Amino acid sequence: MLRKTLPRLDASWQPELFAPTDGRVMLEACQVTFSFNGTPVLDQVDLRLEAGKMIGVIGPNGAGKSTLVRLLSRSLTPADGRIWLNGHNLNQWRPAELARVLAVVPQDPELPPAFTAWEMVLMGRTPYLGWMGQESEHDRAAARRAMEETHIWHLADRLIGQLSGGERQRVVIARALVQEPRVLLLDEPTAHLDISYQVEILSLIVRLVKGRRLAALAIFHDLNLAAQYCDELVLLSRGQVVAQGAPGQVLTVSLLRQVYGTEVVVVPHPQNGLPTVLPVYVSSPVN
Amino acid sequence: MSPSGKQTGAKTSLPVHSPQKDVVRQRPRGRGLLLLAGLVAVAVTALLGVAWGSLSIPPATVAAMFWRRAVGEMTAVPWPAAWETVVFEIRLPRVILAALVGGALSQAGAVYQGLFRNPLADPYLIGISSGAGLGATVAIALGLPLRWGGLGAVSLLAFAGALGATILVYILSRTGGRPSVTTLLLAGVALGAFLSSVATFLMFHGKDAFQTVHIVGWLMGSFALSSWARVRLLGPVLAVGGALLWAYAHRLNVLQLDDEQAQQLGIPVERTRLALIVAVSLVTATAVAVSGVVGFVGLIVPHAVRLIWGPDHRFLLPMSVLAGAVFMILADGLARSLLSPTELPVGVVTAFCGAPFFLYLLRQKRRNVHS
Repeated sequence: MLRKTLPRLDASWQPELFAPTDGRVMLEACQVTFSFNGTPVLDQVDLRLEAGKMIGVIGPNGAGKSTLVRLLSRSLTPADGRIWLNGHNLNQWRPAELARVLAVVPQDPELPPAFTAWEMVLMGRTPYLGWMGQESEHDRAAARRAMEETHIWHLADRLIGQLSGGERQRVVIARALVQEPRVLLLDEPTAHLDISYQVEILSLIVRLVKGRRLAALAIFHDLNLAAQYCDELVLLSRGQVVAQGAPGQVLTVSLLRQVYGTEVVVVPHPQNGLPTVLPVYVSSPVN
Repeated sequence: MSPSGKQTGAKTSLPVHSPQKDVVRQRPRGRGLLLLAGLVAVAVTALLGVAWGSLSIPPATVAAMFWRRAVGEMTAVPWPAAWETVVFEIRLPRVILAALVGGALSQAGAVYQGLFRNPLADPYLIGISSGAGLGATVAIALGLPLRWGGLGAVSLLAFAGALGATILVYILSRTGGRPSVTTLLLAGVALGAFLSSVATFLMFHGKDAFQTVHIVGWLMGSFALSSWARVRLLGPVLAVGGALLWAYAHRLNVLQLDDEQAQQLGIPVERTRLALIVAVSLVTATAVAVSGVVGFVGLIVPHAVRLIWGPDHRFLLPMSVLAGAVFMILADGLARSLLSPTELPVGVVTAFCGAPFFLYLLRQKRRNVHS
């Protein structure tokens, strides 16, 4: 009896959360819980994003991955638990200040088709603009740099409605970079992209994470892409963190069987030895 | 392989057809010039509007009359003295009011279209026209005096009705928790239908044919009651409201994304939307109080400007003001002269001329808004 109540009392005193001991900690979730209309979606999730590190979130459909990103970006407020950004409670950040530090690449965002790619990327400067909303030379230079980094500068004058899915995705990534964030959250950045775009966009993001020392978190459906591009993986299942660590520690046959309920084999990638997950076919689809 | 010029990655994708070779992209050029041209167009149209009417005065003479006033010449005038009264006391305030109302309604339309992310929104969408209509109907049906508070009972009650309806719509849309754009729209449509039915009931209840014509005429809009007093009262409201909306133009751009993206870009979405609704409702209610419910301007003018020059509200809003002013001066000129000496409601003219122009623009599709 007594044991059950003790951790609750202790939970209110967590000194390491108020002032991060490690100066590199950017975004930290502590015991974050969220439920939607009474149905628990996330249950006491702990997570820590650090500069220069790419964290991949994997898990089956409905595990709470997108909800986690929406909580970390303050689109949703946790029912319980705290989220700290640079040592301050996420709720206390003013909207514009938050947008200067934290940028989000949503999954399949709705984009008004009549704006040009240039106008859309420049919108990433919103948190830096004055009250009349006029961009400075510096804002335009930042937008151009981000468009060159994402290889869409040649599309500057094209309308959003005329761009392909991959081009649009790069516009959204460029818009996030223009915010000059320290923390980058990506919700399935490579959904709906063909294999060449998947590789190109993820290489770009990892290059930026390492080059600009961003703290990044990305949701993945494709376990193999997650293994290739992330320093650390977080395996979510039914709103709980089941495993967390290097790709080799998380992508194991037993864990994946437990979480996804399917048989897989894990083999090293022939090129770099990173774990590669292949399904076990009960009856071969090709004779 | 997708045929649409795919980039094959970091190694090969040096942009070949780079549209701009300069180091930093410049601000969109020519916007200032276009606005200046619009301002000149407003001035020229206003001159024509003053010259135009049952008593036709040559535009050159009108220009000379203005010049004489401007430099303060006190020599004997080479034109009939009555012309001075017609130009400065009757037509000029009317043209100025038409320009103000046209500009205000067009800008308000642009803001509503942006707020609702819907190019078919107009300033009357969330109950303003039916609220104003009910207010005016009550004033006319009760035979309240025309000279209340400088504006007359009809205008004052119309203003109160417009604002009251908007506030009610906003409160109704909030009761389900967070106010969403969709519930705002639906509440506006529902309340609008209800208020219109009350107004129609009052109209039939009165059984006075003259009153009914009066109400219907007011609902179609008119500038027949223009005066300098109205310009002085309403000009500042429309100017301040318009400037406030212009200051929010960039935030309105960001609101074209969904709420979540706008918030992620640092916009406090709900507060911004509320500020915009308050400002735009004040402007619209003021315009409606002056002129009645002039339809179609707030729908087609901003839409046309957007089709031609794109959706950036920092340009869309001021350009809509100027285009709306020109359009309304011309429409009022036609309303005065087509069936002279009888005056048509200006709303008849705006719809009659505006709709075909709008259809023409839709077929042109200069900038593909609906792709």
